[in-house]
Amino acid sequence: MATEAISVRVPARSAGHDLRAVKIVLHREMLRFVNDRTRMLSMLMQPVLWLFVMGTGLGSLVQGSIPGVDYRTFMYPGMISMTVIMTGMFSAGSIVWDREFGFLREMLVAPVSRGAIVVGKCLGGAIVATGQGIVILAMAGLVGVPYSPSLIVTLLAEMFLAAFTITAFGVMLAARMKNMQTFFGLMQMAIMPMMFLSGAMFPLANLPSWLHALTVVNPMTYAVDPMRQAVFSHLDVPPQVNAVLNPGVRWFDYQVPVPLELGVVAALGAVLLGIGIAEFRRAE
Amino acid sequence: MGTEAAVAVRGLKKTYGKVEAVKGVDFEVRPGEVFGFLGPNGAGKTTTISMLCTLVNPTGGSAEVAGHDVVKERDEVRRNIGLVFQDPTLDGYLSAEQNLRFHAELYGVPKGVVGDRIRQVMEMVALWDRKDAKVMTFSGGMKRRLEIARGLLHSPRVLFLDEPTVGLDPQTRSAIWGYINQLRLMEDITIFMTTHYMDEAEYCDRIAIIDHGEVVVIDSPEALKASVGKDRVQIQTPDDDEAIKALRERFGLEAAVHEGAVTFAVASGEEFVPKLFAELGMPIKSVSVSRPSLDDVFMSYTGSTIRDAEAGDGGNAWMRAMARR
Repeated sequence: MATEAISVRVPARSAGHDLRAVKIVLHREMLRFVNDRTRMLSMLMQPVLWLFVMGTGLGSLVQGSIPGVDYRTFMYPGMISMTVIMTGMFSAGSIVWDREFGFLREMLVAPVSRGAIVVGKCLGGAIVATGQGIVILAMAGLVGVPYSPSLIVTLLAEMFLAAFTITAFGVMLAARMKNMQTFFGLMQMAIMPMMFLSGAMFPLANLPSWLHALTVVNPMTYAVDPMRQAVFSHLDVPPQVNAVLNPGVRWFDYQVPVPLELGVVAALGAVLLGIGIAEFRRAE
Repeated sequence: MGTEAAVAVRGLKKTYGKVEAVKGVDFEVRPGEVFGFLGPNGAGKTTTISMLCTLVNPTGGSAEVAGHDVVKERDEVRRNIGLVFQDPTLDGYLSAEQNLRFHAELYGVPKGVVGDRIRQVMEMVALWDRKDAKVMTFSGGMKRRLEIARGLLHSPRVLFLDEPTVGLDPQTRSAIWGYINQLRLMEDITIFMTTHYMDEAEYCDRIAIIDHGEVVVIDSPEALKASVGKDRVQIQTPDDDEAIKALRERFGLEAAVHEGAVTFAVASGEEFVPKLFAELGMPIKSVSVSRPSLDDVFMSYTGSTIRDAEAGDGGNAWMRAMARR
């Protein structure tokens, strides 16, 4: 073996290097997802069940009170967010998996900033979740939502934002977790109430005040509502039905506009990301 | 650079609560050598290596790796070291090559050489033909080889191997030693490894024996063996208890039954044998004299065999006989 070794000089840390790290962490996230068809299918099962089984069942019950709108159409934006949120959380959960199987260590001893790793992870989770959301998006026609390009673009952007924030939330939780069971337990505990209180399943109008208060503090409300507003703006719905199904979010007497809602989600995402990075820095 | 130590450690300490895992160790590793850290489990080997790899912050003292301080210049150290841990740190769902590519990107290996370098390190550990296989289909030995390849990918100045052959079959162990020896010829690299296999410590240029968080002695395996100065004598007799008693009374030697034979240590063992036959006063069925091994060295310096130290119980008469302190 007299071949000359190819000598590599690892360059000093730079923004370009961190960017490469972000890209490869993200790339791995996608490879992992594409290779795991079971996960892809199982992530889709739940929203599809909700939408077509629960939605159909409940829909027949409430048909009379919402003339002109299919209950499933109402549920549709909620189910998009549900898909995105479940997928994003799962992506974040892989950090716990990585820790259990040692791969996290490989990442943490590398000469890159913790930020690059966490950002890569969150972007990866967000892209994967958005991809999953596209499958639900493709079902729009089945529940009477038109395939309008502007609606699709709006929903995609909102999905991505929601997915990024939820992945950041998941990463923050996962930063300390030592095993998968604990993480998934906690994830269920966090996701279920957030789901119920977000307006994904039932409209937020005319709720008792204690319940209304909870929906307003639930961050997921601000991810679901913009999607519903987007969908409803492309439907032809009688105003009184619109008022029931798509009341928007109110802070006392203030009707919260969509850009502000998205701002809340983005700001929350940034804060959670920051906490996540800080936790990884401290974990050393 | 050049003659500067690859690893320089001064008074390095680590305490976990009240437990002193590493009690202020000092040593230097010369560039280009294979340096072995030999000690039982729990002696502080992994804690020391973790501090040198910037994974654990020392409680006291200082350490420089490749000329950089492990606390103040963490990233500099990380760029210059390769790591192979005791436990696998591969992603089983990715292929072997994808695992290495991930590493190359994370370490910022210049894009132009990534492909060639991956091929080179994978050929070195004879895994190039399996590059597209998922790592989860690999055996333990293949995973370890792949990790060694990955540790080398970014041409580190110092490669840390924490128990690189633990849990592997003898064939794979010797293959891994083959790679390590080949590596020394091909690359300009210093290797720092921990082991609790005595026979593997023989491959090192120098070894440091560590016990209870302290470095007991540092030297080449040959010099250490020479320093023991006593040979190991084992005899088979009809009555072992009687033989032990006789050895104590007539020669002042402490003996014990070890590996099924009455065993004791004595200087110039071969010259002692005729005297033994003449004066023991009982028949001897067989006798064997062996030069000190690293096991004996370990015992001589720490007062216990490495296996007994791991089992946590102190010495028997044979150990005390070998021990000089």
